[in-house]
Amino acid sequence: MADLSINFNGIKSPNPFWLASAPPSNSGYQVQKAFEAGWGGAVWKTVGAPVMNVCNRYGTIDYKGRKIIGLNNVELISDRPLETNLKEMAEAKRNFPNHAVIASIMVESKKEAWQEIIKRTEQTGVDGFELNFGCPHGMSERGMGAAMGQVPEYTCMVTEWVMEVATKPVIVKLTPNVTDIVQPARAAIKANASAISLINTINSIMGVDIDTFEIKPNVGGKGGHGGYAGPAVKPIALNLISAVASDEEYRKAGIPISGMGGIETWQDCVEFMLLGSTSVQVCTAVMHFGFRIVEDLIDGLSNWMDQRNFKNCTDFIGKSLPRISSFGDFDLGFQSVARIDHAKCIQCNLCFIACNDTAHQCIDLKDMKLTSEVTERLWPVVREEDCVGCALCSSVCPVDDCIEMVEIDTGRPHITWNQLIKEKPEVLQWDKMVEYREKNHIHIH
Amino acid sequence: MAEHYKPVKYKAWEMGLEERFQEVFPPLSQREAVLEANRCLYCYDAPCMVACPTHIDIPTFIRKISTGNVTGSARTILEANLMGASCARVCPVQELCEGACVLEHDEKPIMIGRLQRYAMDYADQSKIEFFTKGKSNGMKVAVIGAGPAGLTCAGELSKFGFDVTCYERKVWPGGLSTYGIVVFREPVEVARHEAKKIEDLGVTMKTGHTVGEDIQFEDLFKDNDAVFVSIGLGSVPEMDIPGEDLEGVVDGLFFIEETKTKPLAEIQYGNRICVIGAGNTAIDCATIARRLGSERVTMIYRRSEAEMPAYHFEYQFALGEGVSFSFLTQPVEVLSTNGKVDGLKCVRMDLAEPDESGRRVAVPIPNSEFVVPCDMVIKAIGQLKHTPFIAKLGEYGIKTIKGYIAVDAKTNRTAHEKIFAGGDCIRSRGEASTVMATQDGKIAARAIYEQLTGKPIPEGTLKRTTDMTIDPTMANGCALHDHKPRVHAAATTK
Ligand SMILES: Cc1cc2nc3c(=O)[nH]c(=O)nc-3n(C[C@H](O)[C@H](O)[C@H](O)COP(=O)(O)OP(=O)(O)OC[C@H]3O[C@@H](n4cnc5c(N)ncnc54)[C@H](O)[C@@H]3O)c2cc1C
Ligand SMILES: Cc1cc2nc3c(=O)[nH]c(=O)nc-3n(C[C@H](O)[C@H](O)[C@H](O)COP(=O)(O)O)c2cc1C
Ligand code: SF4
Repeated sequence: MADLSINFNGIKSPNPFWLASAPPSNSGYQVQKAFEAGWGGAVWKTVGAPVMNVCNRYGTIDYKGRKIIGLNNVELISDRPLETNLKEMAEAKRNFPNHAVIASIMVESKKEAWQEIIKRTEQTGVDGFELNFGCPHGMSERGMGAAMGQVPEYTCMVTEWVMEVATKPVIVKLTPNVTDIVQPARAAIKANASAISLINTINSIMGVDIDTFEIKPNVGGKGGHGGYAGPAVKPIALNLISAVASDEEYRKAGIPISGMGGIETWQDCVEFMLLGSTSVQVCTAVMHFGFRIVEDLIDGLSNWMDQRNFKNCTDFIGKSLPRISSFGDFDLGFQSVARIDHAKCIQCNLCFIACNDTAHQCIDLKDMKLTSEVTERLWPVVREEDCVGCALCSSVCPVDDCIEMVEIDTGRPHITWNQLIKEKPEVLQWDKMVEYREKNHIHIH
Repeated sequence: MAEHYKPVKYKAWEMGLEERFQEVFPPLSQREAVLEANRCLYCYDAPCMVACPTHIDIPTFIRKISTGNVTGSARTILEANLMGASCARVCPVQELCEGACVLEHDEKPIMIGRLQRYAMDYADQSKIEFFTKGKSNGMKVAVIGAGPAGLTCAGELSKFGFDVTCYERKVWPGGLSTYGIVVFREPVEVARHEAKKIEDLGVTMKTGHTVGEDIQFEDLFKDNDAVFVSIGLGSVPEMDIPGEDLEGVVDGLFFIEETKTKPLAEIQYGNRICVIGAGNTAIDCATIARRLGSERVTMIYRRSEAEMPAYHFEYQFALGEGVSFSFLTQPVEVLSTNGKVDGLKCVRMDLAEPDESGRRVAVPIPNSEFVVPCDMVIKAIGQLKHTPFIAKLGEYGIKTIKGYIAVDAKTNRTAHEKIFAGGDCIRSRGEASTVMATQDGKIAARAIYEQLTGKPIPEGTLKRTTDMTIDPTMANGCALHDHKPRVHAAATTK
């Protein structure tokens, strides 16, 4: 069986699965129960400045009968006294010496305040720190959380304060609520952070009650933006993680990433790891189903690794990163077209209407005489020569493997946009572009 | 050719003979399985898990199907139940796991049985070795009878490191899974493959060995550290009516066995058949007869529909197969001409007051005899116990209850400390079923381990599941899940 253990820049964990700093890691009871269930580590619910919470704290999005595709919250950091949290951290660490216990910290933007809490927390024996620069609500209005994470200079400054006193690894947790995630990541690197984690929650309003006009979640008749998490945010998280992981400065720093945002299954974990996460954190899925989901995370990952002969997580962490590229470097000569397998087609015609109304009108409904039925209905058929390969039809098709996007060789030159405009800058004029296309038999109807 | 344009045959009489004996339920496609698995709520402390006599961690195995970890799903099932492939097909799920599903009232229950089959089929095809024989501890156990109870006990003991030899009278192991369950519910290959997996665990399988004939119980007792008796039940008893010995009167179990061991086209069946009895075996005989091609199949039962022991879904299935039912009818004589069966003489019955068992007694209506014309009579009125064998065990101080072997429910140990028993041969009350027999095998394996090694069973083996099963009220077999509709709190407080 594969070895799932990881060494996260000095923080050792029996597996890459950590509870994210959030309600599931709110207390010693919970963290220890989670370790018993199989979680390798836990980032404690953020401790620091005194707060008062409100309710309702959560709003969720259900999608067509499925519960909680996304969850938002207006919860603050831990509202339990600091002393209690520290005592329980020490106890959890004592009882589970081989598991990773990480303290998440957030205090006001004062050097003494940060340094003091770091020193106090270190005495509990925790394995490291996570600096919460990401909370997008409540704390940010008080100049903490995202208010720090959104200004790279502040991120750098506070991280430096912490690095001055911390003897344990320090993870900087980034907020996704920025235009360019690389900037705060570089700020953390500049301050010598030991690792980066992302994403925290995304600014959001969950909805409006169309009968009462109230905002969701409804806090005594009012509502406001809160932090969005859960399965729906996964693509955003994957993008931000890959952006940091592919950054030149990050690569030079050689520090690990702890990835999170929308993880629910072991496959999600694998994807985060393939894009460069050494550990993965989970919050919403645990809030939905409980700690027990970790059993399948472990079992699924280890079966997957065994099937591929991966002995350690390091064998595949970051393996998909070399494939992360950008538009200018994509091959303009790569051509795929849709092909419908009529043995599988159930004639719902969703592909036809999608292509006809919203893509490039290259699916026809045709009398194909594929059966002996007198009442045989028309079949959707792709005119491959006109298909632009957008993949919409195969996305809407409800039947597995019925519409396949197949690669074809059109004889188009294999050239990237960047190469093209370097070699033929004139194509930036429409008439030259048309000329270039004609010469290369590229017809767009 | 568009595949779905091929006509789907729902009606048995539109199918060819071989086709009619394929599994009634097709396997779930991957898409169906994933959609269904995603419907599961993944309940905590789930009632389905409690309702399953082997306490498979159902929410977990279903979640693993939904996440594409089908290997893990299969392991979760097999850890609790080595007969997972049989159980997936033969368990009366409406009465067990699916009957307990919390979605039963608001939607419809999750198809637990078919999802289990999906995972088991996957395990089968992917040829994964889930378990291996434990490091030998030098102790030997003999298992008598290779049905679900015996196979499970043998497999679990082998995992623990015992050297197990299984003695089976028949040519193939598997017990009634191989010889008794109708093929369109469980193909013979599935049962045999399941037994093969037990052999792969290092169990020595001695088929064609009848204990008491080819080898004596005394010798097994002497040469082993423990013996597990799982001999099941025997043939169908006599009805004690004239004409019973005629050639056209057959034992229902024999009739079923033929469809499992012979080419279907070679099986002799009548055109007008009377099946006597109204239990699940009787239903099986009747539906097989219909699928073989018999035009008129009538079930003869002396009580009414309300008392019939067959499951409701079995009854529905038989009705759908075109079987007719003659309730409140008691056979009194098999009639013949020139030695050939040509009728069943019956008398009509009335229901009187309940007897001590609570069931209303059927009493004959005077002068109400009538004849059902038929050319074959199939008896399916229960199974005999292996009385001579059990009498032999009596020499070791073993007690019986109503002719069944008496055991301690927590350990399945008999009155003799070296002899354990399980399966149909101990089921003095409650429903005899594959899954209960399987659980018996597990309970005994655990007890044998603990008794012979003096240690509690190792962490992670059988623990999670059997810990829940130790329920003294289950003494000598428990009634299957007591199926009462749950009353919603909301409905009662209104
Ligand atoms: C027709 C029919 C249909 C059924 N359908 C269902 C169903 O749909 N679902 C369900 O859950 N249950 C069903 N059952 C019940 C189920 O098959 C049994 O409860 C189950 O097989 C019992 O397992 P067992 O191991 O106790 O006994 P068996 O399966 O009967 O196995 C006992 C084995 O011991 C062997 N044996 C007996 N004596 C000796 C000896 N002296 N020496 C060596 N070997 C010996 C026998 O040959 C046999 O192989 C059905 C039963 C019948 C008869
Ligand atoms: C209710 C709730 C409370 C949270 N509280 C914190 C917190 O105190 N500190 C923190 O760093 N992140 C907090 N988070 C963010 C999570 O740690 C995590 O970054 C985010 O939820 C994305 O992961 P997920 O999609 O698995 O939930 C919270 C999230 C939720 C849903
Ligand atoms: S989850 Fe618990 S704390 Fe939250 S609203 Fe429900 S009962 Fe109250």
